[in-house]
Amino acid sequence: MEGLVTKTDRLAPRPAVSLSSRTQPPGGGAVGGERRRVPAAKRPVLSAPRRPARLRRAAEFLLEKILFLHGMAAILLIALIFVFLFREALQALHRIPLDLWWGGTDTDWDGKAVFVQRWQPNGDVPKYSLVPLVLGSLLVAVPAVVIAGLIGLATGIYLAEIASRRVRDLIKPIIELLAGIPTIVIGFFCLVTLATLLQGIFHTRSRLNAVVGAVGVSFVIIPVIASLVDDTLRAVPGYLREASYAMGATRWETISRVVVPAGVSGVTAALILGMGRALGETMIVLLATGNASQVTFNPFESVRTMTATIAAELGSVPQGGDWYASLFLVGAVLFTITFALNLVAEIVVSRMRRKLAL
Amino acid sequence: MKISSVARTAFAAASAAILALAPAAALAGSITVKGSDTMVVLAQRWAEEYMKKNPSVTIQVTGGGSGTGIAALLNGTTDFANSSRPMKPEEKVQIQAAKKQLFEVPVALDALSVVVHKDNPVSVLTLTQVGKIYSGYINNWKQVGGPDAPIVRYSRESSSGTYSFVKDEVLKGRDYASDCQTMSGTSEIAEVVARDKNGIGYGGVAYFAKAPGVKIVSIKKTDSAPAISPLGPNGLPDYQVVYSHSYGLFRPLYVYAAGQPEGEKKTYLDWILGPDGQKIVEQVEYIPLPKK
Amino acid sequence: MSSAVRRRLDRLATVLLGLVAFSILGIVLGILGDIFLKGRRTVTWEFLTQIPLDGMTRGGVFPAIFGTVCIVVLMIMMALPLGVLAAIYMVEYAGQGRIARVIRAAVNNLAGVPSIVFGLFGLGFFVLFVGRNLDRVTGRDLLFGQPAMLWAAATLAVLVLPVVIVSTAEALMAVPRSLREAAFALGATRWQVVRGVVLPQAWSGILTGAILSVSRGAGETAPILFTGCAYYLPRLPVVRLTVPLLGIQVPMVNPLDQFMELSYHIFIMATQSHNTMLTRPIQYGTTLVLVGLTFTLNLVAILARRRLSRRVVKA
Repeated sequence: MEGLVTKTDRLAPRPAVSLSSRTQPPGGGAVGGERRRVPAAKRPVLSAPRRPARLRRAAEFLLEKILFLHGMAAILLIALIFVFLFREALQALHRIPLDLWWGGTDTDWDGKAVFVQRWQPNGDVPKYSLVPLVLGSLLVAVPAVVIAGLIGLATGIYLAEIASRRVRDLIKPIIELLAGIPTIVIGFFCLVTLATLLQGIFHTRSRLNAVVGAVGVSFVIIPVIASLVDDTLRAVPGYLREASYAMGATRWETISRVVVPAGVSGVTAALILGMGRALGETMIVLLATGNASQVTFNPFESVRTMTATIAAELGSVPQGGDWYASLFLVGAVLFTITFALNLVAEIVVSRMRRKLAL
Repeated sequence: MKISSVARTAFAAASAAILALAPAAALAGSITVKGSDTMVVLAQRWAEEYMKKNPSVTIQVTGGGSGTGIAALLNGTTDFANSSRPMKPEEKVQIQAAKKQLFEVPVALDALSVVVHKDNPVSVLTLTQVGKIYSGYINNWKQVGGPDAPIVRYSRESSSGTYSFVKDEVLKGRDYASDCQTMSGTSEIAEVVARDKNGIGYGGVAYFAKAPGVKIVSIKKTDSAPAISPLGPNGLPDYQVVYSHSYGLFRPLYVYAAGQPEGEKKTYLDWILGPDGQKIVEQVEYIPLPKK
Repeated sequence: MSSAVRRRLDRLATVLLGLVAFSILGIVLGILGDIFLKGRRTVTWEFLTQIPLDGMTRGGVFPAIFGTVCIVVLMIMMALPLGVLAAIYMVEYAGQGRIARVIRAAVNNLAGVPSIVFGLFGLGFFVLFVGRNLDRVTGRDLLFGQPAMLWAAATLAVLVLPVVIVSTAEALMAVPRSLREAAFALGATRWQVVRGVVLPQAWSGILTGAILSVSRGAGETAPILFTGCAYYLPRLPVVRLTVPLLGIQVPMVNPLDQFMELSYHIFIMATQSHNTMLTRPIQYGTTLVLVGLTFTLNLVAILARRRLSRRVVKA
C-alpha cells in the first residue's frame, strides 16, 4: 500500500467499533429518550402502502441478498488474490528443484563449481535463490521502520499529549499531505536528490543502496505510524493521566511512564503495520536501491528487494515459463509475510481494545 | 432521490455501451513495437518520423528490454519485437508451436561499448578482463592497470538483450557478480558511471558516444590483438571496425515478427531498411547496415 | 531527582518532541520544494497540451494526462458502486456478528496488500484469466487477453476498494442513530431508511472518500506496470464510433487500448529515456504535474469534508 494514509489504518485500533456505540450522537439525546433497537421490516405499516406488503418484503429480501453479495466482495477478492498467486507459485515449487531456492552453483574461470546465492533466472543455468531478495527487503524495511518509528512515535505523542488544538490542526494536514505524495515522486526524489545528498555525507561505495531506499520508505511510513500512535494515545482513558498528575508527576513523566505504557499495544501494532508497509513498498526501492542481488548485511550496499524484483522482471517473462512462475512465488512469499504481519497487528489491537474497555 | 437513480441508470447504460461497442471498433492502422531498451531510442525516432509522413498510421513504442519484446511476441501482444540479441532456440520453438513462422531481420548494427568514468586512467581492456570483472573475479582497478580502488559494477536488468549478449559472449555463460547493480536502462548506466569514479558499465554505443563524464574503453579481442575503439576520430561510431568485425563487441540489432509482415507493417519495415530509416540510425549514433 | 531537574526534563522533552513533529514539515517542504523549484520552468501551457517530441526531449505530456484521467474515471466507476454497497451492507445490515468481523478483517487485509502484488494479480487474473476466457467465449483472437486500460483500471479499483469502503462506512456511522430510529418508528423498511435517511446525510463523506481514492489511483504505478501502459503512444486511446441509425461519428474512449500515464511516464523517463540527464527537466515537469494533480484532489477532499461535515444534521 503506497501513498495516502487512509482511514483504513484507523479501522484497526479504533476501540469497540460497534454500531450502537458509534452512532451515538454527541449529546446523547434521542427521540423520545428511549434507545431501544427497533426491529425492521416486520412492523405493521401505518400509512397506506403503495405496493402490497408481500411484494415489498420480497424486494427487501432480494435487496439484502444483493447487498450481502457486495459485502462479500472484499472477502472474495482476497480469496481470489490468494488463489491466483499461489496457483502459479505452486507451479514454481513443482518445476524448480527445492534446493535452488536457497542457492545454486556457478562455474568459475578455472572450471570449478562454486556455490552462490544469487537471483539470476535469465541464463543457461538459472539461479533462483530467495536469500538475497528476502535479506534485501529486510535490509530496507528494518532501518525504515526504525527511522519512521522514532519520528512517528515522537510526532504521535506530541499530537496526542502536548500540542494545542491549533498546532494539531496545522500538523495533521501536513502529515496527510506527506501521505498523499505518490511513491513514484518520492522514489524519483530519492534517485536524483537524496542519493547524492547521502553520498556526500556517508561516502559509501554504492551511491544507490539500502539506506537511501530506507529513508525514502520511511517518508511513506511516518504518516501511518504517527496517526496510529495518535489515535492510540487519545484512546487511553483520562483518569490514568489524572491519577498520575494527582501524584505530582510532570507531563513528560505522565507520558513516558503512564500513557505510553498503557498504549503500548497500539504502538506495537503501529510498528508492525509500518513494517508490513515497508516490506510492500515497490517504486521507491526500485529506483533507489541499485537492485544488486547480493547477500549482504551492510545497509550501505546495494540490495535487491522482493518487490523490485517482481516489478523489474514481470514485464519481460513469457507467460507459463519457470521464470514467470518463480516471480509469482516471490509474490506469494511477500503476500504471506505482509498478511501475517497484518494478522499479528490485528490480534494485538483487539487485545488492547479489550484491555481498555475495562 | 429520483434524479440520482436516473443518473445512476444512465451511468450504467453508458458504461455498458462503452464496453459493448469498443470491441467493434478494432484498432485500425496501429502498429505495436515492444522490446529492446538499446533500440528504444531508435524505435521512438523511427515512429516519430514515420508518423509525421504518414499521419494515418499510429505506431506505439514500449521499451523494457529485449526480453520484454520477445515475451510479448510469444504472448501475441505485439507486432514487432526489437531485440539486441538473437532469439534463443527455446524461444523459437514457442513461435513454431503457435504455428507461426519466425521472421527475423537485422535493422542496424551496434558496437557494444564498455564505459568507465572519464578520469579513470584505464583505457584498454581485453575481453577476458571485462568478463572477469563482471563475473566478480577481478575486483580492483589495480589488477587491470588502474588505481588501487574497488571496481563498482553497473549492469542492466536480466530482461535486457544487452545483458544476455554480454553474459553469453563475454562472461561465456557464467553469472554476473552478486554485487552488480542493475539499472533499468542504458541511459541510467551512463548517468551513474559519470558520477562514480570507480564505476564500469556497458551498453549500446549511441548512449555513450556523446555522453559527458564517461569514457569508452578500447577492446582487445585477445591479449595479442590490437586495441580497437568503437569510436572514430570524430567521436562518432567508426563504421569500418564494425563492418570488418575487428571490434570485438559488434552485434546486429534485430526486429522480430511472428509471420511475414503484411500491409502497413511491411511498408513500415521497408521504410526502416530504406535510406530514410537508415539515416535516422546514423543520427541516433548507431551503425547503419552496410550498403550493398 | 529534584523537582527542578524533573521540570527541566519535562521542558526538554516537550521541545524535542515538538522539533521532531515539525521536522515532518521540513520533509514535506524539502520534497515538494525541490520538485517545484526544478519543475516550474518546464510546466507551461504547451507542456500540458502537446505530445512528446524530438525523442521525448521536448514537447509535453498531454497523452499522459489524458490517460491518467481516463484510467481513474474508469477505476472509480468500478470501485464506487461496489465499495458503497459493500459498506452499506457492513454498517447497516451485518450487525455485530461473525460475518461483519470477517468482512472487516478482509477489508483490512486488502488494504495491506503490497501494490506490486496487485500488479501480479492484475496480470494473472484480469489480463490472463478473465481476458483470455472472454476471448474464448466471444471467439475473438486476443482482443481482451492483452494489457489494456480496462484491466489496469480494474486492478486499481481493487486497490482503492478499501479506501472507498472505509470512508463510506465512517460516513454512514457518523449519521446519528436517532434519525434511523425515527424512520423505523414511522414504519420504514431498512432499505427505505438507508436510502431516504442515512445516505443523503452520508453522501458528502462518500464523495470525499471517492476523491481521495481518485488521488490514490492517479499516484499508483506498480499495479499498472504490466497491465496497459505504453512508453510512447502519442495517439489518444480514443476511437470514433459510428452511431447506428444516426450515422454520426462519436469519439469515445476505448478501454481496450493502451495508454500513457503520468506516474508511469515519470518512471520511464527517469530510467529508460535516451539521455536521462537531457530529459531531467521533463522528468521534473511531469512530476510537478502529478504532484499538483494529487495535491489539488486531496485539498478538495479535505476542504469538502470539513465544510460538509458542518452541514450534517446532529440530532
